[in-house]
Amino acid sequence: MTDTRETTQATGQDHGHDHGQDHGPLSYRFLTLIWAGLMVLTAITVAVSKVDLGFMNVAVALGVASIKASLVIFFFMHLKYENWIIKGMVLTAFVILAIAIGLTFVDVGYRY
Amino acid sequence: MDHTHDPQATAFYKPDETGGKSGLASWIFSTDHKRIGLLYLSLILLMFCAATVLGLIIKLKLMTPGSTLLSPQQYNAMFTLHGVIMIFLVVIPSVPASFGNIFLPLHIGANDVSFPRLNNFSWWLYVIGALLALTSIFTGDGAPDTGWTFYVPFSERTTTNVSVAVIAVFILGFSSILTGLNFITTIHRLRAPGMTWKKLPLFAWSLYATGWIQVLATPILGITALLIFAERVLKLGLFNPAQGGDPLLYQHLFWIYSHPAVYIMILPAMGVISEIIPVFSRKPIFGYNMIAFSSLAIAFAGSLVWAHHMFTSGMSDTAVLVFSFLTFVVAIPSAIKVFNWLSTLYKGSISLDPPLLFALGFILMFSIGGLTGLVLGSAGTDIHVHDTYFVVAHFHYVIFGGTGLGMFAAMHYWAPKVFGRMYDHAKAAWSFWLIILGMNVLYFPMFIMGLQGMPRRYYDYLPQYAPLQMVSTWGSWFLAAGLILMFWNLYQGCRYGPPATKNPWGGATLEWTLPSPLQHEAFHHDPVAPEPYDYKGVNPDG
Repeated sequence: MTDTRETTQATGQDHGHDHGQDHGPLSYRFLTLIWAGLMVLTAITVAVSKVDLGFMNVAVALGVASIKASLVIFFFMHLKYENWIIKGMVLTAFVILAIAIGLTFVDVGYRY
Repeated sequence: MDHTHDPQATAFYKPDETGGKSGLASWIFSTDHKRIGLLYLSLILLMFCAATVLGLIIKLKLMTPGSTLLSPQQYNAMFTLHGVIMIFLVVIPSVPASFGNIFLPLHIGANDVSFPRLNNFSWWLYVIGALLALTSIFTGDGAPDTGWTFYVPFSERTTTNVSVAVIAVFILGFSSILTGLNFITTIHRLRAPGMTWKKLPLFAWSLYATGWIQVLATPILGITALLIFAERVLKLGLFNPAQGGDPLLYQHLFWIYSHPAVYIMILPAMGVISEIIPVFSRKPIFGYNMIAFSSLAIAFAGSLVWAHHMFTSGMSDTAVLVFSFLTFVVAIPSAIKVFNWLSTLYKGSISLDPPLLFALGFILMFSIGGLTGLVLGSAGTDIHVHDTYFVVAHFHYVIFGGTGLGMFAAMHYWAPKVFGRMYDHAKAAWSFWLIILGMNVLYFPMFIMGLQGMPRRYYDYLPQYAPLQMVSTWGSWFLAAGLILMFWNLYQGCRYGPPATKNPWGGATLEWTLPSPLQHEAFHHDPVAPEPYDYKGVNPDG
């Protein structure tokens, strides 16, 4: 079964990936730097877990994890070069996740 | 389209003479959204019948007090399987995977979903998940006995086959995620020219909101199911206080998915109701914008209320307060929909055909279920009725009375379009009244017993509950009779009924411009996006 109309429609609206190609592939040097950054952040997470900061342990761990996730999503997964609608969708997912984690702490943070 | 030939001969479920696969392979490896929708529908109905039989056996066992019919272990396994099959294999995929697959592309003027192969893969994941769930019953050291919620610490300790069941849930979750992803992309990418967001049928809006919940919430269920597996196999201690774990963390993770999941279940059914009510009132839908908006509002607000399942679990009082408040917030968009449907009916030219009967049944049952939900959402009253039959009654009113009747309404509304034949209206009406009677006789006594303190999931009960338990069991027989009549009537109609016309109800959405039954390829040219609820000049055929 072929559908020429749908094919035209799909390619006609396929702006998202064009953006990625406009910027060309990211250089190995740049990607290696990002990877090194991720390694440093992992080391920070491990190091902080050995110090007792009370409730801040969780905050730091979640903060570092968020930065790491952002680096992966923006550069390895090319979100930085996508159009606003894709960025908006990922942001929505992130906000919902943040709210879910935040509301869980309404319980954990106030338990006897 | 050549109008001189018999559309039955070239229906999408007949072999495609233009080539491609044939026989069984043309179905199970099909990338046609209509065939995949039918595959889902048949399996979902099969699973529904199996889990209904389990439910009937449970009610039969509870008809009289004492140790009858089943052993306690068998009883625990029965209600667990009833819940797992109904929730994960029937209600979650029910409307979106079957009618969503068939009609979403047609509603927006597309010939298929964005990722047809992924669609077929979703169905295969569903089949694999279903087979694994069935395997968990017959292998290992007995069928799972935890209830469908798999609560720790019991699910970590029980020797029954929980590990296989949670892997089945994990796989079924991925089937749901991929369907949601496919629908979101389809709605963004494949709308026909002129099909603006404000011309989108409300069924598509509801599937869009559902798709987002499926994509965002289901991964959490997947991870939680894997954690149970890891706890059982690797003894990680995430939920075990003796190892520094927190059993309430499990309940949070489980309900972060499973509460939004009830909106995965109900939103598509609400979409069906929004399609049916205006067609049979011959009036434009009242408050299109607010119905579309309330779908998104339910999807968002419904994601923030999960801990109302945990008021008596020992979580902090602050959390009880916050989640109780948020629960009341989510009632608002649900009520908006109900008021808009009623306003659509007001001064309409109503034809009480079977699809509308089932839709009205939905409004009645969903309203009772929704209002009793507020009793549960209010922290003070919840303490008294938590884990009693009140919860079971509330849930069955919302999910069976809501999603179930929504699904039956969809079957009666779209069967003539899918199969090109009409069923018997009188028998359909009889089946509706039997089902409504059965549901209320079955579930309403549970509200009363719950208020009197009858705990859910108990194998036996005190003699004071015996009369209402007996009445409730009678209700299950009326319900079963109604279901048998309905399915038999639909089967007879779809198989041998008189040919259906192109637009038997006078709908204004795009599927009613296509021949009945649906053909292999729906649109040969870009359709003109209609006003989906403008019935001027649109009349039922004949």
